[in-house]
Amino acid sequence: MSEVAETHDATQSNSSAAIPRDLVIERLVCWYFVAALTYLFISLTGGLLMALQLVQWNPLQGIEYLSPGRWRMIHTNAIAYGFLANSFLGALHWAIPRLTLKPVLHRGLSYFIFVAWQVVVCATAIGIMMGHAQGVEWGETPTWIDPLALVGLALVAVNFMAPIVRTEGPLYVTLWYFVAAFVWTFLTYAMGNFVPEYFVPGTSAGAVGGLFIHDLVGLFVTPLGWGLMYYFVPILLQKPVWSHGLSLVGFWGLAFFYPLNGIHHFLLTPIPDFLEYGAIVSTIAVEFVVTTVIINFFGTIWGSGRAVVTNLPIRWFYTGMVLYFVTCAQCAMQVTHTFQKLIHFTDWVVGHAHLVMFGVFSMWLFGIMTYLFPRLLKQSWYSRSLCEWHYWLSLGGLLVMFIDLTLAGVFQGYYWASLQPWDVSVQGSQPFWVTRLFAGLAIIGGQLAFMFNLWMTWRLSKRAKAVA
Amino acid sequence: MFESKSGILLIGGLGFFLFAFLSNALVPILLYRDMPEQSVEELVENQNLIYQFEDLSLRYPEEFQEHYGEPTKESLAEALQLGHDIYVGEGCWHCHSQFVRPVSNESARWGEVSSSKEYQNILNRPVMWGTRRVGPDLSREGGRRGNDWHAVHFFDPASLSPSSPMPKYPWFFDDNNPSKPNKRGIAIITYVQWLGSWLEQYPLYEDFVPLEEQMQNPLE
Repeated sequence: MSEVAETHDATQSNSSAAIPRDLVIERLVCWYFVAALTYLFISLTGGLLMALQLVQWNPLQGIEYLSPGRWRMIHTNAIAYGFLANSFLGALHWAIPRLTLKPVLHRGLSYFIFVAWQVVVCATAIGIMMGHAQGVEWGETPTWIDPLALVGLALVAVNFMAPIVRTEGPLYVTLWYFVAAFVWTFLTYAMGNFVPEYFVPGTSAGAVGGLFIHDLVGLFVTPLGWGLMYYFVPILLQKPVWSHGLSLVGFWGLAFFYPLNGIHHFLLTPIPDFLEYGAIVSTIAVEFVVTTVIINFFGTIWGSGRAVVTNLPIRWFYTGMVLYFVTCAQCAMQVTHTFQKLIHFTDWVVGHAHLVMFGVFSMWLFGIMTYLFPRLLKQSWYSRSLCEWHYWLSLGGLLVMFIDLTLAGVFQGYYWASLQPWDVSVQGSQPFWVTRLFAGLAIIGGQLAFMFNLWMTWRLSKRAKAVA
Repeated sequence: MFESKSGILLIGGLGFFLFAFLSNALVPILLYRDMPEQSVEELVENQNLIYQFEDLSLRYPEEFQEHYGEPTKESLAEALQLGHDIYVGEGCWHCHSQFVRPVSNESARWGEVSSSKEYQNILNRPVMWGTRRVGPDLSREGGRRGNDWHAVHFFDPASLSPSSPMPKYPWFFDDNNPSKPNKRGIAIITYVQWLGSWLEQYPLYEDFVPLEEQMQNPLE
């Protein structure tokens, strides 16, 4: 039917001989992905509500539990802890046992973590909706849920570390990233949610808050994302990673420089200048590291470039990588005080955040889902063209949104610096905000196409099972 | 070492994270360790804030009596703390910043550039700097506008500034009436009036420059 499905079947028959049938809890991978997509829609609803509010078209004004201010926090938290965390957990449940050829510590624990994590994410959303958010950006999870989330993260680490520890010899690149990510995610979550709340106020709390915002992306999402790329890209292209040396540079460069970047989120604040410059220099260093990783992946695909056209998961992966490079190139410039003067506090930053969270990591996870759902359901996609719609609507919507918000940021920066009345900057932003609304609708349309496709594929798989 | 489990776990995972925490978090913590942190009880020893709180009690006598009784330091502390909690819970800090930068003419618009001692208090756990300005910075907002302006503005922002995309907050009011702020309404107004009330120059009004003069080429 489609070329994607054929390659799936081919790789499956090649590799299935070596892999015991009960190694991966496939049902759980599926559950994680479905949970992730559910939260994705909750997040998209929050984003839509905020976009409508900005252009003064919000039809749900004045309802306390639907307040755009609260839903703005649900928007980001549902993406970080609902969509990204759940899809990562699903992908890890697939990748780690297959890579180590050993099962996770305990199947019962895996199911328990699944349920516990959904409780954590739902409680977070309800807590924020009730107005109990914590004042840490990306960490608005109400304070009473934080210890529970932390226990959950510890259990995740233990469950996945068991097969990794039992592996002998040097670890494959993917596992470097995963091992480090388990440690970093736990430490980052504890630091960001406890230190600025219970230990220090003011400027020190700001410095820790900056570290948290940055580490959540850099030490939780980024290493898991790259780890999965190092796993899935060679499998799909059926050849090894181009350079082992470059992957070493990439990992250790990230591990050293990334944690030093956090303060760049609060430049030109009362945080001492020498700390700000330290963060700026480390940020620029990270971009050099990122370049080596990108070179490595393009070296890997060199000679198999047609896969980008024919193989949808590979196309999602490499689109994400190109956008990752754009994000990082942008980062190296915007982190300087020269750019900060103009663009800090503006929609430029919002565009940057969407580029990295949706344009890179969500795209990679969509690629992984596009690849794995047919294998989990034992049924090729209902419609290849709906998969294409998912890709093109997501990419188109994202690119329009990114360019639009970046431009809006430049305009807002100059409006403010020119000391015109505040209203002028708001009115000047309206055309950009209207454009952003429609870009967002395109993204939502893409995800609806994906959900419909998944629903129909699931129905086909049921029918196939019934016949068999 | 670079590909072994213990190397990655101890050096990459723990070691580098700890190094970053020491250099980027512990250094500012140590720098400010001798700067005393003010409690809410200390913060309400502030004539500007007391004046605004008494003004609220005179302007909305029935509502104030019902929710806070008399305008004492205790009731002021209660209102200020609750106002802060609402500011956090409603996500106000995602559209309003609370620091004035030394660039981009911000001190001409909002006044004195922010300094660390302004944030060394319990209401800045975690600090309310924010990362986005859809609306203006609020760290110098106190005293600039009257309590009645704030009440009407929270009830329906667009009625006072027509292009404002700020949401309505009718749940800060009883009977859907902007003249009847409830416990939360009085608290959030108290919190907004507190912002900047510790400065000598209070209230602070931005420099007014007529638009025609702004449009002129500064190089002429």
